[in-house]
Amino acid sequence: MSEMPLLQVKNLHTSFFTDAGEVKAVNGISYNLDAGKVLGIVGESGSGKSVSAYSIMRILTDTGRVTGGEVLFKGENILNYTPQQMQKFRGSRISIIFQDPMTCLNPTFSIGSQLREAIRIHTDRNKEQIQARAVEMLQLVGVNEPERRLRQYPHELSGGMRQRVMIAMALACEPDILIADEPTTALDVTIQAQILELMQSLQKKLGMAIIMITHDLGVIADMCDEIIVMYGGKVCERGTADEIFYNPRHEYTKGLIRSIPRISEKHEKLVPIAGSPVDLLNLPKGCAFAARCDHAMKICLEQPPEEIRVNDFHIAACWNNVRRMMEDGQLEVKDGEEV
Amino acid sequence: MSGRKQPLVEVRNLKKYFPIKSGMMNKTLLKAVDDVSFSIDEGETLGLVGESGCGKTTVGRTLLHLYTPTSGEVYFDGKRVTEKNIGDFRKDMQIVFQDPYSSLNPRMTVSDIIGEPLDIHKLYSSRQERADRISELLTIVGLNSEHANRYAHEFSGGQRQRIGIARSLAVNPRFIVCDEPVSALDVSIQAQIINTFEELQQKLGIAYLFIAHDLLVVQHMSKRIAVMYLGHIVEIGPSMEIIKSPIHPYSESLISAIPMPDPETARHKNRIILEGDVPSPLKMPRGCPFRTRCRYATKECEESRPELKEVAPGRFVACHHR
Repeated sequence: MSEMPLLQVKNLHTSFFTDAGEVKAVNGISYNLDAGKVLGIVGESGSGKSVSAYSIMRILTDTGRVTGGEVLFKGENILNYTPQQMQKFRGSRISIIFQDPMTCLNPTFSIGSQLREAIRIHTDRNKEQIQARAVEMLQLVGVNEPERRLRQYPHELSGGMRQRVMIAMALACEPDILIADEPTTALDVTIQAQILELMQSLQKKLGMAIIMITHDLGVIADMCDEIIVMYGGKVCERGTADEIFYNPRHEYTKGLIRSIPRISEKHEKLVPIAGSPVDLLNLPKGCAFAARCDHAMKICLEQPPEEIRVNDFHIAACWNNVRRMMEDGQLEVKDGEEV
Repeated sequence: MSGRKQPLVEVRNLKKYFPIKSGMMNKTLLKAVDDVSFSIDEGETLGLVGESGCGKTTVGRTLLHLYTPTSGEVYFDGKRVTEKNIGDFRKDMQIVFQDPYSSLNPRMTVSDIIGEPLDIHKLYSSRQERADRISELLTIVGLNSEHANRYAHEFSGGQRQRIGIARSLAVNPRFIVCDEPVSALDVSIQAQIINTFEELQQKLGIAYLFIAHDLLVVQHMSKRIAVMYLGHIVEIGPSMEIIKSPIHPYSESLISAIPMPDPETARHKNRIILEGDVPSPLKMPRGCPFRTRCRYATKECEESRPELKEVAPGRFVACHHR
């Protein structure tokens, strides 16, 4: 409590202004990230999980704009940084890796020149030191024959190798936070296991914090200390991995967990979430998930739920949770609220 | 095999080689599928898993003669399927593709898309009957008849996949190759489509070859699983047994690599991390295809390729050391 979190996101709003209207991709999310922790953000396509990270890095496309909120890095609001300040900040303090390592590496430059560029921009090392650092980074991420690899071009490497190179570039300047946006989605499961293992060991070795963005509940369960579940640009619930998986309080999280096949002797039928994702052009007045929720009540359609603290490790924004907690006597009925 | 009823689909020693030009005169062969055999019973689901490039999609397509097999035989209901008579079997064997975006023609309405197989096989006697059948098919897959006059772009990914399923069902097939039908979809939508496949199987008794890389999905869908690596089946058997106690070293590491959506399991899991990448099928290792990444590999593995042999009732494994 006393120490300031490394990163504080406060009531962040991001919209895309398109010909069809304002697409509200992120609608007021807040969270804290402590140094050296792994935070998972999980959600389906269009839930705003990637856009929230791009907003922090300020790498939105031209139509996108942060419309409200604050992003505090060690107490300083980085949304007020000038583009020049931001350029220095990106890569050195917070780095990002993306889903598809092929489109993120420039096919016309060698691995070495791209990796050396990342090091040169952020440090004042001389040529030999830069080269040495590049070799060292490739060794760190488990690329064999680093000197030869540095002379190769992206197309000569496999998908897993390219992702390793991306991680090397992202970590070259020892950032405090690494944002990993679906880092293993494009990879095969045995290669995915290699990359996850690598990220875990690097995280321990270098002590950076990681924000892991993914739609894969398996990857989340494997990697994360804390989990945020997003839907329709909002936080549904937030808590430790155990709380989210074993004590989910939001109907959407419960639905997600019921939707994944499990290994069991008897064949259990999956319980899918009905309907399709919310239209971000016309967000409903109440809870974004209400239209697909089996337990939607009148209040869900009328009023967006507020984030309520379930316990020390868990926050949820769901009216059904409010009802449950009131029934259990954990919450007092506030003025005029009816269930 | 005696006393066992005849399988619906049987594949024997199927091979598919693609010629690749390299240099002026040289032609190398890419052995996408190399000597694969399996069978599927009426109303059964066989899951086919493996990583990208292992040849699982090619198996599905070659089996349907969408690619001409290099060699090997395919039997449907006891009858040999050949290049010449494949037309007679198209009605019985259908396919659902992975990508619901590129597998539907954007210039056709939904009723055109679903109606096309009906037209080809002349399965109606009047316009009215055709329209009725189309709306019936849409209802079966969980859409409604008002959708018939719309175009594919008006639908979400999950709905498009339903259109693809309706198209394959139009001719009342007895067997469908499902080529990664849910991997392009979000988790909640994925569950809807999986349930649709299951309901159809219960209702219509259709057999599936269910191809996917997601082992949790395959395990859920299938009675038996075949694991492929570099064009070969390395292990085949009942799905629960393969998942719980894999025998082939590759299946073992593949299954240990599945990220389990359960923090407790994840904490206690012993992941077997494979070294390196899958070798290029153009430079296939001699002997066992898996030996370059296998921790049990010996000289024997280099010298000869292990054949699939039955190690327990219904379980076949291709490994010298098991």
